[in-house]
Amino acid sequence: MDALVSQLFAGLSLGSVLLLAALGLALTFGQMGVINMAHGEFMMAGAYTAFVVQKVVADAGVSLLVSLVIGFLVGGLLGLLLEVTLISRMYHRPLDTLLVTFGVALVLQQLARDVFGAPNVDVRAPAWLSGAVQVLGVGVPRTRLFILALAVLAVVAMALALKLTPLGRRIRATVANRDLAETAGISTRATDRLTFFLGSGVAGVAGVALTLLGSIGPTLGTAYIVDAFLVVVVGGIGQLKGAVIAAFGLGLLQAGIEYSSTASIAKVLVFVIIVAFLQVRPQGLVAVRTRSLA
Amino acid sequence: MSALWSNERARLLVGIGAAGLLLFVVAPNVLSDFRLNLLAKFICLAMVAVGIGLAWGRGGMLTLGQGVFFGLGGYLMAMHLKLADAGPDGVPDFMLLYGDGTVPAWWEPMRSPVVTILAILLLPAGLAALLGLAVFKRRVRGAYFAILSQALAAAFVILLIGQQKVTGGTNGLNGFRSFFGFSLADPVNKEMLYYIAAGTLLVMVLTVRLIMRSRYGELLVAVRDQENRVRFLGYDPALVKVLAYTVAALFAAIGGALFAPVVGIISPADVGVVPSIAFLVGVAIGGRATLLGPVIGSLAVSWAETSLSERFPSFWTYFLGGLFILVVAFLPDGLATVGRLRLGRRSSSDEPAGPDTSDEPAPADDEHDEATATAGRTA
Repeated sequence: MDALVSQLFAGLSLGSVLLLAALGLALTFGQMGVINMAHGEFMMAGAYTAFVVQKVVADAGVSLLVSLVIGFLVGGLLGLLLEVTLISRMYHRPLDTLLVTFGVALVLQQLARDVFGAPNVDVRAPAWLSGAVQVLGVGVPRTRLFILALAVLAVVAMALALKLTPLGRRIRATVANRDLAETAGISTRATDRLTFFLGSGVAGVAGVALTLLGSIGPTLGTAYIVDAFLVVVVGGIGQLKGAVIAAFGLGLLQAGIEYSSTASIAKVLVFVIIVAFLQVRPQGLVAVRTRSLA
Repeated sequence: MSALWSNERARLLVGIGAAGLLLFVVAPNVLSDFRLNLLAKFICLAMVAVGIGLAWGRGGMLTLGQGVFFGLGGYLMAMHLKLADAGPDGVPDFMLLYGDGTVPAWWEPMRSPVVTILAILLLPAGLAALLGLAVFKRRVRGAYFAILSQALAAAFVILLIGQQKVTGGTNGLNGFRSFFGFSLADPVNKEMLYYIAAGTLLVMVLTVRLIMRSRYGELLVAVRDQENRVRFLGYDPALVKVLAYTVAALFAAIGGALFAPVVGIISPADVGVVPSIAFLVGVAIGGRATLLGPVIGSLAVSWAETSLSERFPSFWTYFLGGLFILVVAFLPDGLATVGRLRLGRRSSSDEPAGPDTSDEPAPADDEHDEATATAGRTA
């Protein structure tokens, strides 16, 4: 029973990290169809933001909260810059966007290496996040619970923003039918930029959260980017719901297989399961019905 | 028409002659043993590029996981070399170090040179065919395929590192002493490896040329540009794609198999996500849909990497990233476009597929999906 509960929490925790990493992608890739390989580097930028903020703000608790806000802005502004300079030119060439943003990712990684040094650095977790809480008889680290809560909060906030705010309505309209949205007076260019700002901003937040789990380095993003994309692919594009189910599903699956074998075997098995799953549902878990010939 | 044919035939012969002269006469005489070995390494990497040119440039499949096939070929060859070095019934040195000193059962077949060569030719290609069938039959394509192929590379590396006892972990497999009975310490045998690699590359380029000129080659380009129309004509686009993907995997595997003895090591650092994408740079720069672009681009990038990264390691990364951004964003057809602009209309006789397909960059799938989707709605 204890083993089951602790595996469950391991899976949920992994799922929440995946979700934070994939949430921004669900917006930029899922809604806009842009494959941004630099998304992981935006997370890395968020993580280093937390590192820098901690140098300025001594109190670990305050600096974490400040970092979450500044990390969002840093990630978002990087994304905005990328969208305006490069991606806006290549919306009709999604596969090429992938390669261009990979180039951007390489440059950002090297930049981090030159500025902060190649070795990993640590960000202190605040005192109120140290230690563990007993849940159902199992000790769960508070940092993990914090990230779980943050992921849920981020999803709810984004879902509400998409559903209720005027900006969200504009984003959904542009995704549903770009031409019609434009005819209705929506500036699709401005909407694209804002969507990209939001999606990249969430990556920054995810990066700040990752500093709680261990030391951070220039290649932090590469560790998560592939898994994050897989979450969106499995979840199905165009819906946040899919990404949420996929993130926790893959997290639980990975943790479950890891329990009975090793982490590396689990990774390979999860990949095989994903390919098999796409045999059944090539459009992902939650598919938006269209009449296209896809 | 016959004049054009003989002209083209003449061009082909001149091309083969020039390449043969450069590779087999000039290079071995001009370059030192060290440089020649380096060129052999570049040639192995260029083999992957030739395959990518076929799959991505002609077939529109952006494969981000060629490192897997390259690595499979390399590791299979390395397994044989390690076993051969250890002698009959011997155990490779690293297994004594990390493992329990016994050779796992699935290593045993690699003691035989014949089985090894068959495995290199069949296993990676078979895996590609299987994966391709699974993916393309279900019409998973475009970005989805790219991400899946990348995930495959990630999973492969994690598996290699995790199973250190049987794969050597992050160190990979290294320290080969002989290649099918020829000592690798002897420069003459190193030179022989170079000749094998150069000859193989030449054969691969000619194979791709044959494919490009064949009916199948036209079908492949048609699938790249308008998959649904090809389907409506009664073909199965999935099979067309699987074949090109399998050939690309085969080329990558052969490149990897020669890479291991030439360089003396094959490790996860040669086959992971980043090296897999790095294979694409040369292809993109040289011109993805052209015959020689991928080869020349790949050789040039390898050469630039070696000469630049020795002196300015951090500058090289900026340079590589910058190249990616500039070439893909602003020169999607690679530097071959620049040449074509100057040569004017000569390209139209060069490309049997006609200006409509040959002069355009490999467009992404989503574009047509959108086009067909709107067409479906208005109908």
